[in-house]
Amino acid sequence: MNFIAEVDIMPHQELLDPQGKTVAKNMKNLHLDGVEDVRIGKHVTLKLTAADEAEARQMVETACQKLLANVIMENFTYELKEAK
Amino acid sequence: MPTTQPAVNLEVAKNLGLNAEEFEKIHKIMGREPNFTELSIFSVMWSEHCSYKNSITWLKTLPRDGSRLLVEAGEENAGLVDIGDGLGCAFKIESHNHPSAIEPYQGAATGVGGIHRDIFTMGARPIAALNSLRFGDIKEPHTRRLVKGVVSGIGDYGNCFGVPTVGGEVYFNSCYNQNILVNAMSVGIVKAGETVSASADGPGNPVFIVGSATGKDGIHGATFASADLTEDSADDLPAVQVGDPFQEKLLLEASLEVITTGAVVGMQDMGAAGITCSTSEMSAKSGTGMQIDLSKVPTRQSNMVPFEILLSESQERMLIVAKKGEEQKLLDVFDKWDLECEEIGVVTDTGRLEFFYEGKKVADVPAEPLVLGGGAPVYEREYTRPAYFDKIAAFDQESITTPDDTLATAKQLFASPNIVSKRWIYEQYDSMVRTNSMGTNAPSDAALVRVKGSTKALAVTTDCNSAYVYADPYKGTMIAVAEAARNIVCSGGLPVAITNCLNFGNPYNPEVYFQFVNAIKGMGEACRKFDTPVTGGNVSFYNQSVHKNGTEPVYPTPTIGMLGLLDHYDQAMTLYFKEAGQSIYLLGQSREDLGSSEYLRLIHGVEQSPVPHFDLEEEYALQQEVSKIIKAGLIDACHDVSEGGLFVTLMEAAMPKGIGFEVNTDASIRKDAFLFGESQSRVMVAVKPEQEEALLNHLKAQNIINTKLGQTVAGNVAIDGQDFGAVREWKSTYDHTLGELIEQ
Amino acid sequence: MKFGVVVFPGSNCDDDMIHVLGDVVGASVRKLWHKEESLGDLTTDDCIILPGGFSYGDYMRAGAIARFSPIMTAVIEHANAGGYVWGICNGFQILCEAGLLPGVLLHNDTQRFTCKNVYLKPATDKSAITAKLDQNKAYKIPIAHAEGRFHADEATINQLVANQQVLFYYCDESGQVTADTNPNGTLRNIAGICNEKRNVFGMMPHPERAAEDLLGNTDGLDLFTSLLASTEVAV
Repeated sequence: MNFIAEVDIMPHQELLDPQGKTVAKNMKNLHLDGVEDVRIGKHVTLKLTAADEAEARQMVETACQKLLANVIMENFTYELKEAK
Repeated sequence: MPTTQPAVNLEVAKNLGLNAEEFEKIHKIMGREPNFTELSIFSVMWSEHCSYKNSITWLKTLPRDGSRLLVEAGEENAGLVDIGDGLGCAFKIESHNHPSAIEPYQGAATGVGGIHRDIFTMGARPIAALNSLRFGDIKEPHTRRLVKGVVSGIGDYGNCFGVPTVGGEVYFNSCYNQNILVNAMSVGIVKAGETVSASADGPGNPVFIVGSATGKDGIHGATFASADLTEDSADDLPAVQVGDPFQEKLLLEASLEVITTGAVVGMQDMGAAGITCSTSEMSAKSGTGMQIDLSKVPTRQSNMVPFEILLSESQERMLIVAKKGEEQKLLDVFDKWDLECEEIGVVTDTGRLEFFYEGKKVADVPAEPLVLGGGAPVYEREYTRPAYFDKIAAFDQESITTPDDTLATAKQLFASPNIVSKRWIYEQYDSMVRTNSMGTNAPSDAALVRVKGSTKALAVTTDCNSAYVYADPYKGTMIAVAEAARNIVCSGGLPVAITNCLNFGNPYNPEVYFQFVNAIKGMGEACRKFDTPVTGGNVSFYNQSVHKNGTEPVYPTPTIGMLGLLDHYDQAMTLYFKEAGQSIYLLGQSREDLGSSEYLRLIHGVEQSPVPHFDLEEEYALQQEVSKIIKAGLIDACHDVSEGGLFVTLMEAAMPKGIGFEVNTDASIRKDAFLFGESQSRVMVAVKPEQEEALLNHLKAQNIINTKLGQTVAGNVAIDGQDFGAVREWKSTYDHTLGELIEQ
Repeated sequence: MKFGVVVFPGSNCDDDMIHVLGDVVGASVRKLWHKEESLGDLTTDDCIILPGGFSYGDYMRAGAIARFSPIMTAVIEHANAGGYVWGICNGFQILCEAGLLPGVLLHNDTQRFTCKNVYLKPATDKSAITAKLDQNKAYKIPIAHAEGRFHADEATINQLVANQQVLFYYCDESGQVTADTNPNGTLRNIAGICNEKRNVFGMMPHPERAAEDLLGNTDGLDLFTSLLASTEVAV
């Protein structure tokens, strides 16, 4: 079976996100004073082949834990869909 | 949010890292039972990191006076040395070993940020950075991951901050497999009279916090000791501190600008123990106190309780005491740089630190007993001669046979990660920003940094061969100081002062403490000889690997960061051959000595052998003479002999311009010792033909032991008539090996 | 010609540029704070420099936030009116983000920050900063960047080349432009470009770091003297 995983990787909420903070602060130069907070992460799309959804899920988990996310600094969420 | 504080007892104190005796002492100082917040304050201030309780007795034996010193060692955030022309140089080295082992990128980055803050908090603008790194076996994937993380962490922070990384050293040894060392040094320049002290004079003066908001960074110990710890509160504890070099750059510019307004009384950066440490040290220094309203401190995370705000180690923050009535000048500067600046309290004359939160007093402690040199505990630890010394003494050099194939041996040694170029690493650092780096196009043994607005140049270096210190802590540390001085002398400079970063194992291990005590003794003796007082530094204990059968300390690594001075940048001497047809001489005595050499470790697999030959008087005399020869303009290149021996010294002189050399070894000394031995106090020089006679006359007149090795030639290398191939090919190995090892 | 060097928060080559222009070249130069909304007494005969560094920490993309700094409106007006603008490293990145120059600067193909000496071959003498250069010489000038890989669509690149808007190619010591001399994966070894009107220049290498004998390299100085000499003639 073919799957597509859409993975979002974000810095842990309790950590300082210097990038997000700086972007948020400078929204005023675009006259977007209403933007209160920005946090910046990554979006990763994986295409994979697996026997079933459970195996696909396991593959995505492993990829995230071992490589895609630095779990000391980042958490991840993902959506898994069967590819048509 | 808990409105009441957790109860206090000995168990809680122990969880905070205090012992029974210390807990008792706190009772006595307070005259009552401390509350949890107060106990937390004592626990961080009396930690090894802030109090130096296990090292200060010995540190005090180091020479700490000198006519050039503008502040006493340990009195301010960094050493400050008079370099003439109305300028001072502030410099310091500090470790960030354990954070870098957990998260190499952020650990190294925040280490760089912390040391730069120590410099600019004194009013000095950082103009150069150096570092000293120790990693485990490069064949381990874990090591390579750490190298990549540490190097990009140092690079990204320093590059963005805009201070060039001009020098450093990197060694690989399996003793650092589990516990890497990341030591960062910053060097800054300040005009005399524009320095700022970390003091809190003048009761009634307002206290400001500036820079980043305060989060729950680095407060694990206290938080886990708190009885109120719940699942939820554990979740919002940051596992690492994130550095923000952009914020630090703004903080630098704003801090230096605010000093020029004249509104600043005192300034202190926040490192370990955050607001607690900065308020107590500034107050203790001035014999004053402070009232601080913690509810006014801008926080990054919601639900922070008072002890968390007090102990937070969030980066890129400063505490400033301003002149009463001149607050607006401060606010204007920080507004210009878009930085937060909040008035959080006032200086008092009580000698006490009084912390309030939402109108209630949450802690009230005397400042003096908290600090080093005040009432913080001081311990003398036991020490015994390490058992492994027997194995070192048992080494028999005669058991090592000289290899038949010198060329093959040279090639193998030359490809050692400890010998090859660290280009893969240093090209990730901006080494040229601020346009003062004289070494970019003309390298010297030490990094030469021009001081704009004067004719002077600084010569800076970090040095420590920890294998020598392991073999003999006393002599090995003398060698570290001597090598730093030699690098500066060979660059045309005068050694002026040092900062040290003392990386050792567990001080409660008597063998480790023996290493520490003897390292300090050796350092003291060498620093007295070279007239380079110790201006400050940092002690890092508990560097060790954990095995099934116990712990194994890292090699004792007392890194020396030395500052040297060239009165005029025209006095600079470089390390490389400029043209063919020059004679090459070795100054100093060749010896039949393989002790603790890279050659013994790499080619023969011998990890335990005696420290190489070293005699302090001999070394000092040689350096004095080299200095005179350079000043007299008698030589064209000068490079000291260190790791890899004379062969590597010659190759390093050959590679920058691709100039070859033809040399002969000395038949009276075994060939491997002559080429690859690391016996100390030797310097290679090259001389132009028209100056050779003058040089020889000088050497003879001064009675300097010297050997003519041969001459420089176009592009190729030959030793004892054997063709060693083109310099170009050696350079290819030299430049690319480390990258290939790391990227494999 | 007078110079104005814009200081964005996070600029860190501003002082270097002022040192070279003021103390080495002997030109009149002053800083322009990014919050200013006008260029003051500087006219279209003068040159605005966007220096290297990490404006706004290079967060999001290098130059992405700086292009919205208040002073950029005045810089864009200055450029549109024919005034000289020269962006170096981060300045080049800002000029691309602001649309004053075509293309974009992507992460180096090595994925690493790289600081080292490289060689540049002038690609045209039809720009003020290259007019007086020896068109056959390889100029040794350092780079120091993580995002220096110039990229644009094929049509744009062809147009840049056809119009002689490419200022420099990365080359070797003898002036050969090859794949091996490309330090960051930039398209066709492009190191710097100008706009169609030839008054806005962008380049990744740092000529201000190669402008003093004391530092062992004065190749970069020639770009500044070229600019001054060729604009004198033009005026």
